[in-house]
Amino acid sequence: MAQKAIREYDGKALFAKHWENYFSGFHYGFKSVLVTSGEELLKKAEEHGFEWLKQEPLVAKPDMLFGKRGKNNLVLFKVNKPGDVTLEDAAKWIDEKRSHPVTLLSGQSGMLTHFIVEPFTPHTQEQEYYISATCVGDDDVLYMSAEGGMEVEENWDKVVEVRIPIDMDDADIEKEIKANVPSDIPDENKTSFASFAVAFFKFYRDLNFAYLEINPIVMLDNNEMAILDLVARLDDTAGFLMKDAWGEIEFPTPFGMEDQSPEEKAIAEADAKSGASLKLTVLNPKGRIWTMVAGGGASVVYADTIADFAEATGGSIADLANYGEYSGGPTTSETRFYAETVLDLMTRYKDDKGRDKILIIGGAIANFTDVAKTFTGIIQAFEKYADKMKEHNTRIYVRRGGPNYEKGLKDIKEAADRLGLNIEVYGPETHITDIVRMALEK
Amino acid sequence: MMERLFTRDTQAIFWNNNKKAIQRMLDYDYVIKRETPSVAAIVAPTSSNKFEKFFWGADEIMVPVYKNTADAKAAHPNADVLLNFASFRTAYDVTMEALAIGGFRVMMITAEGIPERLARTMINAARKANVTVIGPATVGAIAPGAFKIANIGGTIDNIIKSKLHRTGSCGLVTRSGGLFNELSNIIALNADGIAEGVAIGGDRFVGSVFIDNLLRMEKNPDVKYMVLLGEVGGREEYKVIEAVKSGQIKKPIIAWCIGTIAKHFSSGVQFGHAGASANADEETAVAKNKAMKEAGIYVPDSFNDLPKTINEVYTKLKNEGVIGEIAEPEINTIPKIRRAKNFVCTISDDRGEEATYAGFPISSVATPDTGKTIGDVVSLLWFKKVYPRWSVDFIETVIKTVADHGPAVSGAHNAKVTARAGKSVVEALVTGLLTIGPRFGGAIDGAAKYFKYAYDNNMTPAEFLSYMKKQGIPIPGIGHRIKSLKNPDKRVEGLKNFAKEYFPSTPLLDYALTVEQLTTSKKENLILNVDGTIGILMVDMWRALGYSEEQIDEFIESGTLNSFFILGRTIGFIGHILDEKRLAMPMYRHPFDDILYDVSKAEEI
Repeated sequence: MAQKAIREYDGKALFAKHWENYFSGFHYGFKSVLVTSGEELLKKAEEHGFEWLKQEPLVAKPDMLFGKRGKNNLVLFKVNKPGDVTLEDAAKWIDEKRSHPVTLLSGQSGMLTHFIVEPFTPHTQEQEYYISATCVGDDDVLYMSAEGGMEVEENWDKVVEVRIPIDMDDADIEKEIKANVPSDIPDENKTSFASFAVAFFKFYRDLNFAYLEINPIVMLDNNEMAILDLVARLDDTAGFLMKDAWGEIEFPTPFGMEDQSPEEKAIAEADAKSGASLKLTVLNPKGRIWTMVAGGGASVVYADTIADFAEATGGSIADLANYGEYSGGPTTSETRFYAETVLDLMTRYKDDKGRDKILIIGGAIANFTDVAKTFTGIIQAFEKYADKMKEHNTRIYVRRGGPNYEKGLKDIKEAADRLGLNIEVYGPETHITDIVRMALEK
Repeated sequence: MMERLFTRDTQAIFWNNNKKAIQRMLDYDYVIKRETPSVAAIVAPTSSNKFEKFFWGADEIMVPVYKNTADAKAAHPNADVLLNFASFRTAYDVTMEALAIGGFRVMMITAEGIPERLARTMINAARKANVTVIGPATVGAIAPGAFKIANIGGTIDNIIKSKLHRTGSCGLVTRSGGLFNELSNIIALNADGIAEGVAIGGDRFVGSVFIDNLLRMEKNPDVKYMVLLGEVGGREEYKVIEAVKSGQIKKPIIAWCIGTIAKHFSSGVQFGHAGASANADEETAVAKNKAMKEAGIYVPDSFNDLPKTINEVYTKLKNEGVIGEIAEPEINTIPKIRRAKNFVCTISDDRGEEATYAGFPISSVATPDTGKTIGDVVSLLWFKKVYPRWSVDFIETVIKTVADHGPAVSGAHNAKVTARAGKSVVEALVTGLLTIGPRFGGAIDGAAKYFKYAYDNNMTPAEFLSYMKKQGIPIPGIGHRIKSLKNPDKRVEGLKNFAKEYFPSTPLLDYALTVEQLTTSKKENLILNVDGTIGILMVDMWRALGYSEEQIDEFIESGTLNSFFILGRTIGFIGHILDEKRLAMPMYRHPFDDILYDVSKAEEI
């Protein structure tokens, strides 16, 4: 899984939690709240420590892992003029924004559910800087620019990159960063920006961030720092090392991705509970070609090959109904549940051109998975869905190898024949994806 | 870098007692007729076993088990491959420790989901140490006909069908472990199998990437052409393109990147490994396939056409004479049914023409003309070693010295009483033997243990005495009923003189004598007695023979020293028992007047 995005609010909370350890000498107020409705915001304002919500002008924006909120017109910072947003304005705005689906410029769409609200920070363009870090190739790279803000991508040539090899020691890291502070940062700010950048890099490194960007970071008087916008991804494989440092951090589903079907959710839940791997994505519920493939790599080559042949045989990519895989030695009941889910989805809609449905039961040569055992679950699902599968003129193509594959293939063939299903079965002597050609050229 | 990743002599240290995977390696070894097992040792920190049994064909062999990598490596310096099967939590530590120990040429790491920063640190350290890392998140690698890592290749049936049991002419590199077998099968069906294959691993950061493996295969004379199966995401394929363009790689390469489907879906759907997503246009499968084709790499039109391309390149190379015929080697067959043995014997064998003691036929040690004594037999059957003359003579001296100490000692007395009760020789003998323990005869073990402890910890004699006082134990091996420095025990004198003359050195005895000076200054009869002398000289003997301190401690712990007493004293006990039988002595009853009777009536409570 590796890299997972976290909310802007949680990223800022991490900064606040570790501020004194890394950024002593600088000051950060961490005035920030995460709410899901206007009502929640109004309630928050009554709590001790959050009086600023009533006292200061505010900024509100969705906090749902997508960027370019300014360009998507999803940042509330003014009603009439910048810095005049009151608590009531923010609450009203949030309730309006969460009341209807939103489509971004990128095409993603969904409902807005989480908002971050902060004080409006008056500052000048000159006080805005850019800083970020991530891993490129073998090295970490720190990016710094005197020109922060929405247009940083347009001004990328002004961004300074500092490559930091994994084994560089702290003294060299400091030297390297200090030597490369962007020349267009005003002289009076250079030293303090450099120390901030060094601390920023160590914070990024020690807390196992995969990506960390503040744009803009605003340097106010007296070393007061304002983190106006933040994007962060954590390396979640480091979770076991970071239990205390991260606390109970949330990895939300990216915006627009949360609209999983109940079937996909059910498979995801089964996957989370199992030691095996069960994955299902419905690409087109009305699609004609359904797959049940064992193994991650194999599932990709089947999808590739279906795309190749669908187009070559007069169909289109829309014929491919689903993508997914089962692997890692699922139990018979897990395989049955997976197969039933796929068969149920497959038999909901007739093909709009009246063509046969195609079910690809594919897989590479297994290392040690007992093929006959996993096929038992699929056969049980056949028994339940045989009539529906026949209604949809389903043609089944099976290809698999590995331990006990002869028995697996024989069992599934016999079961299909007994149930009156149309089936062809192949073993390792047939090329793994050749059943796709056979199915689609017919 | 060596031109071949593995040979038929390559041996590995397997970190984690993964019995199934190790058995699969040994089955493979047996099938391809390797002379040595490919797993030299197992490291299992929490195991208390010294070895693990595995099948070798129908037979069984023992693979030694160690608690840590350092001990395993020290005992098996030639094992230069580390198979790191630790979990994602500990795989990093295991790798770093092994790098610090040194002497490993290849390390394979199987864990998936090692924190990226740790993976990068580990990979960087390995690269600096010139160690080839395979993985993390991989099923490993294989050099057909030579060495196979753990589970790669699947079952033996599949291995033979996919021609993974002998050297072919293709070098195979894949990212996916699941498709590795499939590719091996395709290459067996459409060409002549592979010469070396590596699944580099699915994590974002892996040790050896495509180019590292292909550059080695370029130098491997068995490899005539290469097959590369890449994946959407990353830029590793471009390094291969550069090497082809610059002429670093001259052998033909057939390549394909899976994940061409991704072009149809703008975002959202994750195809394949979590790390396998394209961050830029050049990282898509379509772009990489196109770029590789333009660089002169053989790239089929689709994955489904890959077999055809492989066959075309193979046929071309065959026609050009680059690839010759491959002789199919004879192989062993793994028996369908095999049974684990319940007993293990490592000291003698009665299956051949003549029974042997540790490999020596009995006739070669039994008769006087062989020049061998009972000491030689003890060294063979107890220690599985041929000891030098001086130590064999010492053992014999000890046995003779402890054989008997008169009828009054408790063991002999028990044996005599039992014999007089009409019991058989063996029954009377065991009552005598059962008396041997911490108070009777056990001073040999105790002396060896405490004197060695004091010596190892550099205690002065005074410190040793106060240490023993604190423990509340009289010093074992010190003290005699009547003997003193002025009236020495002749048996002790004999042992000491023998040792002084024939032992290479006697550090522990020398130390014990300084202790004796102190104890005898307190009380005349606190001399080093015969038990103490034997125990201490045994330690000196083993040290001189080159045993490690751990091994000597183990001898002491397992009661080896007492065994010399048991063996010797058995001679005396049997003498007393036979004596009783010949004398036809009646049943013994102890006289009343020798017992203090002090019995009061029990109170009710």
